[in-house]
Amino acid sequence: MEMPVVQIEGLTFHYPDSEPVLRDINLEIKRGEFIGITGPSGAGKTTLCMCLKGLIPHVIGGTMRGRVIVQGKNTRKTEPSILAEAVAMVFQDPEAQIVGLTVEEDLAFGPENLMRPPDLIRAAIPRVLQTVGLSGYERRETYRLSGGQKQRIAIASALMMEPQVLILDEPTSELDPQGKDEVFEVVRTLREEHDVTIIMVEHEVEQLADVADRIIALDHGSIVADAPPREFFRNAELFHRTEGERLPQVAALLLALEAEQLVKLTDFTPYEEEAIARLNQLLQEARLMQ
Amino acid sequence: MTKAEIVINVDDVSFAYAPGMPPALDHVSLQIHKGDFLALLGQNGAGKTTLAKTFNGLLQPERGSVLVGGLDTRHANVARLASLVGYCYQNPDHQIFNRTVALEAAYGPRNLGLPPDEVTRRVNHALQLVGLADKKDAAPLLLGKGERQKLAVASVLAMGSPILVVDEPTTGLDFRGIRNIMNLLRQWNQEEGRTIVIITHDLHIVAEYVPRAVVMAQGKVLIDGPTRAVLSNSAVLSLAGLKPPQITRVAQRLSHHGIPPDVMTVDEMLTHLRSALCGVKAVQEGAADASRL
Repeated sequence: MEMPVVQIEGLTFHYPDSEPVLRDINLEIKRGEFIGITGPSGAGKTTLCMCLKGLIPHVIGGTMRGRVIVQGKNTRKTEPSILAEAVAMVFQDPEAQIVGLTVEEDLAFGPENLMRPPDLIRAAIPRVLQTVGLSGYERRETYRLSGGQKQRIAIASALMMEPQVLILDEPTSELDPQGKDEVFEVVRTLREEHDVTIIMVEHEVEQLADVADRIIALDHGSIVADAPPREFFRNAELFHRTEGERLPQVAALLLALEAEQLVKLTDFTPYEEEAIARLNQLLQEARLMQ
Repeated sequence: MTKAEIVINVDDVSFAYAPGMPPALDHVSLQIHKGDFLALLGQNGAGKTTLAKTFNGLLQPERGSVLVGGLDTRHANVARLASLVGYCYQNPDHQIFNRTVALEAAYGPRNLGLPPDEVTRRVNHALQLVGLADKKDAAPLLLGKGERQKLAVASVLAMGSPILVVDEPTTGLDFRGIRNIMNLLRQWNQEEGRTIVIITHDLHIVAEYVPRAVVMAQGKVLIDGPTRAVLSNSAVLSLAGLKPPQITRVAQRLSHHGIPPDVMTVDEMLTHLRSALCGVKAVQEGAADASRL
């Protein structure tokens, strides 16, 4: 069997003088999987991302116990510069991560710092721009781009590193609806056409349900749920307890109908199209019976 | 019923940030009544924040006029406008600068020249309302994002202005944080009768909390009306690059079964489906009883 791309065993972390932010996290992620991470503020989502990237324990102060193995490398024993090639990260604020004045300068920045040959960098730029739907944007000035475009450039810059793992930490929360759609479109393309493993921290549950293979909920530093969307969103009790996330509306509706025994548990789905098809059928049957 | 008095009257306003730039506001007219709770919707660049900044004179219209409480913003005194319209910025860190939570909330009312007792009373009240009463001495920048957002709201509340403009109050907050802020605004609107304008991208919260919605695109108002009518108007929303909430989209796809196309919340949808599906349940139960006999 192929080795998981991410293996986390007994990971506990606390910042200096604070309660643990992560408590005994155990997690395996397979190559090419799309993992969604949700949870209320302060649940430890970003801290977990920083552990995967090796920023913890190398750059950020605090105490870490347990093991994080990415691409076969133990993050504790691996320099962040080496992990930088395996794990790329896109942050929440598109303004905070673009360094180049033009799109191509920005895309070249990462690989240039790794001393990659200029020819290869030049050849990669149009390829990643196509992936993010911004072909021909090489000479554009980054500061003139919209929020959604900036965030897509941030993803393109991450892809320039040819990472095995791409982490997106709330990449849509500062964007308008159009920008959010653009980012989800890119993420869907990556999922279908590339074998990069994607970990996405996200509050837009309806869109996340559509792209994720598995969704993990963090609460107070612990994993409280880890399941494919179909099972994950059925766990209504979880959402009432943490209140950190809302359910996709179709999931909330079907659970309520199920509670009143108007639909069966097997009718449950977190997906919009499936829910419409199912409700259509049920309403049809109801009509025939009347 | 007589309409409440108009507290903000935007009349045919146009504005561009620089000569030759496309107008950020293009012949906008909008009337806001006392006690209104309305949402400005649209993509970034649609003109929402620009419009809101004309309400307190931060921006002056190039043509047309903005009257606030009957005062023309071009001639009104800035301090006077500030006491009428409280403006809460999108990013709380753009407005927070004091050493403690209490000092931050006191800054506005103090600058209105209020006596110290009154300042303290207002600060306590505002911090109480947002749930920061026990953090008076905390350093604002060490608070979480949700708490900084609440502090920004409290600072504006402490001004006591009858009109509050809140620019994207929920960005970056989790579900609980969003509910807290929205409940607070609703309470402020319903119990104190204040006028509230929020700028947001989150149509779910608009559906749940805000009775009136205004959609903007390219500097123009595309539609202005009761939230239910606006959020179910897929055609106009799509002109602004917006979609109705998921539950409304589902209702519209089930309209041939008699589900109204303007359902806005899961609870409403539940009511409609309950009456449509209950018949089946009764029949099935009847059949099950019959088979047991």
